Amino acid sequence: MSQTQAHHHAPPKGFLRTHVFSLDHKVIGKQYLDLALVAVCTGMVLSWLMRLHLAWPETPIPGLEKLSPNGAAGGVITPEYYLSLMTMHGTIMVFFVLTTAPFAGFGNYFLPIQVGAEDMAFPRINMTSFWVTLVAFLVLVAAFFVGDGPPLSGWTAYAPLSAVGKDAGPGQGVGQTLWAVSITLFCVAQLLGALNFITTTLDLRTKGMSLARMPYSTWAWFITSVIGLIAFAVLMPACILLILDRVAGTSFFIPAGLVISDRLQPHAGGSPLLWQHLFWFFGHPEVYIAILPGFGIISHILPVFARKPLLGPRVMIACLVAIAFLSYTVWGHHMFLSGMNPFSATLFSVPTLVITIPATIVTLLWIGTIYGAKLRFTTPALFCLGFVSVFVSGGISGFFLAQPSIDTYLHGTYFVVGHFHFVMGVAAMFGIFAATYFWAPKMFGRMMSETLGKWHFWLTFIGVYCVFMPMHYLGLAGNVRRYSAFTDDYLKPMIPLHRFITIAALFTGAAQLIFLFNLIRSRFRGPKAPDNPWEATSLEWSTTSPPPFDNFGGRPPIVERGPNEYGGARGADYLMQAAAAAPASAR
Amino acid sequence: MWIAIAAISMTFAALTSAMVVRGSAAPDWRHFRLPPILYFNTVVLLASSAVLEAGRRRIAAHLVRATLGLGLLFVAGQVVAWRQLAAQGLFLATSASSAFFYVLTALHGLHVLGGLGGLGYVLRRLGRLAGPAPVTALGAATLYWHFMDGLWLYLLALLALRV
Repeated sequence: MSQTQAHHHAPPKGFLRTHVFSLDHKVIGKQYLDLALVAVCTGMVLSWLMRLHLAWPETPIPGLEKLSPNGAAGGVITPEYYLSLMTMHGTIMVFFVLTTAPFAGFGNYFLPIQVGAEDMAFPRINMTSFWVTLVAFLVLVAAFFVGDGPPLSGWTAYAPLSAVGKDAGPGQGVGQTLWAVSITLFCVAQLLGALNFITTTLDLRTKGMSLARMPYSTWAWFITSVIGLIAFAVLMPACILLILDRVAGTSFFIPAGLVISDRLQPHAGGSPLLWQHLFWFFGHPEVYIAILPGFGIISHILPVFARKPLLGPRVMIACLVAIAFLSYTVWGHHMFLSGMNPFSATLFSVPTLVITIPATIVTLLWIGTIYGAKLRFTTPALFCLGFVSVFVSGGISGFFLAQPSIDTYLHGTYFVVGHFHFVMGVAAMFGIFAATYFWAPKMFGRMMSETLGKWHFWLTFIGVYCVFMPMHYLGLAGNVRRYSAFTDDYLKPMIPLHRFITIAALFTGAAQLIFLFNLIRSRFRGPKAPDNPWEATSLEWSTTSPPPFDNFGGRPPIVERGPNEYGGARGADYLMQAAAAAPASAR
Repeated sequence: MWIAIAAISMTFAALTSAMVVRGSAAPDWRHFRLPPILYFNTVVLLASSAVLEAGRRRIAAHLVRATLGLGLLFVAGQVVAWRQLAAQGLFLATSASSAFFYVLTALHGLHVLGGLGGLGYVLRRLGRLAGPAPVTALGAATLYWHFMDGLWLYLLALLALRV
């Protein structure tokens, strides 16, 4: 037991200070998660609209005309509006869900607790990053309600279409400018957030918490912060240049003599490829910003339910570091078709294949961890297994796409859509679900329903396979992506499969209502959670559920061992990282 | 602070690479002479750094205040440089070279203003009679200020060589 005098930090008073403009990392983490929840619902509705239109292009969607009289006259989506929906779906999901929830949300809540700190290193900067993120989200969503509606140049906003303004189509006026401003703000917020994460990890670890003893989730958030620090620092100036091209008449990305909509654009000398390079130098690491927290969360949760230590803990961390490093050398694999030098394609293909090695090792370590284990099949454990499954399914198609000659055929098809939704979207979402079911007792002090959780898992698991697996076949059959309807003769036979995907998507989306219901009900009605319901070792389980304002009631824990002490380690089923709660028999 | 410096370095590195890519084989790249006042501004900024270093070692509020003044003088000097360029008919949208000039100097200027904000915060805490001197904050602000110095020297060299 720690002999230090407890000096309890009093929480602030007043509703605004405790719930709205809070400096407490736990409240800010929950705010991020709430924002992500709103964003993911928005993004999912957009995907439904797209799927409905793809399956039944002529059928009007009731109520849609009110949202966009031009884009969906009579409730039927125009090709341009389809692209707008796609752009907004991608942007909202990648930035405001896959970055915000696993990294900013759970990271904010649990990183300080897991290293035994009272709060983040810079609470005010932390609060600022959340509010800037929220403003960025509002600016983006505002694009639905201005002029010609949201932009249509995709979440990648390829220049010159994204740079020339109104001539490029509806939504390319104010809508696209709002997009660029929103992403610039988002970059600022994430840079401040990453600064906070790194400083907190390096400087605020409690006594005994060496780097080697940090939980894997903390390691993953730390490494993700380093990636984010570099990636967002590149996207931000790129967006500033894009805004200048749009509003100040510069020509960073717009070439000379460009004619769009029969009008010569008054720009000269810019390089559209430059935007792609800058964007993907951010864009590929962004994939890992979305998925590495998931890696950490799975590595953190899986041993708890396997009751076995994680296999190869040092190898795991080495792999995460290797992935982070390599993620900066592969951006060109998004650009095989961009007209860049074919020799560069080879140059980018090799590290792309190399990065699959640490990713494969990580997967094998998880499988090795559950091998021979007596798994406790709780909902978070199921989502961990689901994560491994969808990550492998999505990852394997990556081997094909990494090769320029194959990618030339597949890049513009649904194969890529299936690939990245599995490996980045669904896998990261499964990480988020696992984290939610695992940590909800700690965050809200209440247990979520296991029965509902299992229903949610199985319906979602089957659903996502029904949605995304057929896309690989469609892609191999040459079904192009980004088309709003399949009117060509060779595409018509694919429509029945598209209808199947649409029905599966609606069904899978509906299954998420179970999750929402479970989440909201358990917040108020769930059975009270004990301090350590899962018998886990890391520091968040040494404090109360939910933790007090300063996390440990003024008694910073003293860490004696790593997080990996499960399954008969030194005679006990498990050993807590902080000595105080360790069973006496362990000594 | 080192982490913030890494992020800012990355931003300017990205812009540098953009400038190199955009500058190669660009027919609209117009070379122009940098306004001479930039060299005066450089001296001012270097002097401010030296003054701040002395201020940090002695924890002297008046030296920090002097740095604040010199920093403001630098920003004012940069604005004068912009006016001189504009007077020559070189605006943001005139040519790629002038565009990069404005973007780089403006972003650097914004970061300098941020540094001035930080120095203002340190001064406010130095002015308080009670409590320990804000050694850490002053140290961080000084480090940042030196970095702004180094960054400016780099940008000046880059601009002098490329535009």
